[in-house]
Amino acid sequence: MGRQGNSGSKNGLAVKKKRRRFTLDDLELTLLSFPTVVWFIAFCYVPLFGIIFAFKNYKVKAGKGFLYSLFVHSKWVGFKNFEFLFRSPDLANIFRNTLAYNIVFICIGITLPVALAIMITQLHSRKLAKACQTAVFLPHFLSWIVVSYFVFAFLSTDKGLVNSLLRRFGMEPVLWYQDKRPWPALLVFINTWKTFGYSMVVYMATITGIDQSLYESAVIDGATKWQQTKGITLPMLRPIISIMFIMNVGHIFSTDFGLFFQVTRDSNSLIDVTQTLDVYVYKALMQNNNYNYSSAVSLLQSGLGCIFLIAANFIVKRIDPESGLF
Amino acid sequence: MSNKAVMRESSGLGRFNRIRPVTNFFFSALFVLLALMTLLPVVFVFVISISSEASIAANGYSFFPSELSSAAYEYLWKSKDYIGRSFLNSVGITIVGTLLGLILTSTLGYCLSRPNYRLRGLYTGMLLVPMLFSGGLVATYMVNTQIYGFKNTYMSMVLPGACSTFYVIVMRTFFQTTVPDSIIESGKIDGASQLRIFTQLVLPISLPVIATIGLFLTFNYWNAWYSAMLYLDSNHRELYPLQYVLISIEKNISFMAKNEEFFREESMQNLPSETMRMAIVMVVVIPIACSYPFFQRYFVGGLTIGAVKG
Repeated sequence: MGRQGNSGSKNGLAVKKKRRRFTLDDLELTLLSFPTVVWFIAFCYVPLFGIIFAFKNYKVKAGKGFLYSLFVHSKWVGFKNFEFLFRSPDLANIFRNTLAYNIVFICIGITLPVALAIMITQLHSRKLAKACQTAVFLPHFLSWIVVSYFVFAFLSTDKGLVNSLLRRFGMEPVLWYQDKRPWPALLVFINTWKTFGYSMVVYMATITGIDQSLYESAVIDGATKWQQTKGITLPMLRPIISIMFIMNVGHIFSTDFGLFFQVTRDSNSLIDVTQTLDVYVYKALMQNNNYNYSSAVSLLQSGLGCIFLIAANFIVKRIDPESGLF
Repeated sequence: MSNKAVMRESSGLGRFNRIRPVTNFFFSALFVLLALMTLLPVVFVFVISISSEASIAANGYSFFPSELSSAAYEYLWKSKDYIGRSFLNSVGITIVGTLLGLILTSTLGYCLSRPNYRLRGLYTGMLLVPMLFSGGLVATYMVNTQIYGFKNTYMSMVLPGACSTFYVIVMRTFFQTTVPDSIIESGKIDGASQLRIFTQLVLPISLPVIATIGLFLTFNYWNAWYSAMLYLDSNHRELYPLQYVLISIEKNISFMAKNEEFFREESMQNLPSETMRMAIVMVVVIPIACSYPFFQRYFVGGLTIGAVKG
């Protein structure tokens, strides 16, 4: 029985008929994938019902279980949680931060690595290119915790390198973790520092995969490097750039919690420029135990992200039917 | 961009189509600068970790300390109970998580790569939904703590990160494109079960993808701190992975700084010194920095497979 599943693949009709039945093969494969399916149900699907937190006023009933508290004891409040959110003055600022940082991150995160990838593949010395590529890949493998210590070594108020240099040149040291003005630029810089190497490597892999004969015929036609880049390299990179773009737009409402919470040391003086949706969700849950707001914001974030992902995919496909994620 | 390179006469098309030496010089200089920018912070923190306390007190953090000392590392060695234990926690979580993740992702990836598998469509749908929606932090947190009982357990740091849609799709794509159907056919003709075909025929020729996903998982687990932050309480220090040790030191210091009047000098002095904190950072970073250059190509391979449309 099991053997027939595949052996009939030459005949389309026969395959169709056989696929209706659940063969021994199917059974074995189902058993094989069973643990993973259980994992997906347990960690991706069970938490989905938690969306109702956003529409309830969660109260713990002492002595009863969590499910009883949530489903029976807590009252439905409809969209009250969202109403409260939209009335709070913080939310506009949080949304502005999240969107503004992400837009800047997307712009830099695509143009800079693409430009660098094109440049590094042009270097005469292969060895130098390889060494530099390896070096700039390193930050991708470090956690935000480690990065936050690096940043501290430079920005610490009394011992940091930057302030030491400022003092040496007779300038006033800056209280970096209390002064919010430099942080938007700092966060953009730190994020770029950590992520550009990874994206550059992705684009490089695509560039090295381009058929060399394209360039050779371009050279014979007398194309300059710049014309080759515009005419061959960039068009060949377009599909991967669109995929990266769509994925990034899909995540435009989520930010790296590590960057905005750990690297800034959760400093209260910086909150105006560092609080993003993820930081708010975390703080509302872990510091203020406000389950309802936290999950209302999560739901908003997830829903809007989903809409933006689909919209970005639609737009990219409109411009270029070949590209697109799905 | 300044690479309007004029073609220069030289032999061979490859040589012919190069950027000008001047452009090459500027590009090379730029990349050396970028490489230095990424490496210097690591070197800086290492130098701090081997500076003496006196030197730091006098000059602050500096690339050129007036005095070197291995005191921080000696002190780390002496506090084996805490730091050593967290090191072992990190190692253990990484190993167990990676193995578990490999089992979970490879089995489902294999099943999805079989063209005639009856549940293929259903499973593909099941994989895609989590990419679009998630329950959010509250739901995940409450389910993991209240239903699965993950508070203060190793499980909380191992299970939730073991699998993901991306890993499964990379696995599936590899099996689909690289494992020849004839091998699976021949296994079936010999009457082998799918489990046997998978473990004895498919896995041995799939080492590149196993290495890729294995490395993704390894680095993720080694660098993980969020789950520790969510699920571990401060009275369960024996469960801390190294990354979380770094967070908790930070928390204690800022807590003490904010409530200075409640703490006397001695308790402030019991905190790990600056050099020691930087030494812990190095314990986290050195294994990564020493190993990733050798594994780079697997990462690049995995990224390009993953970037192929699902």
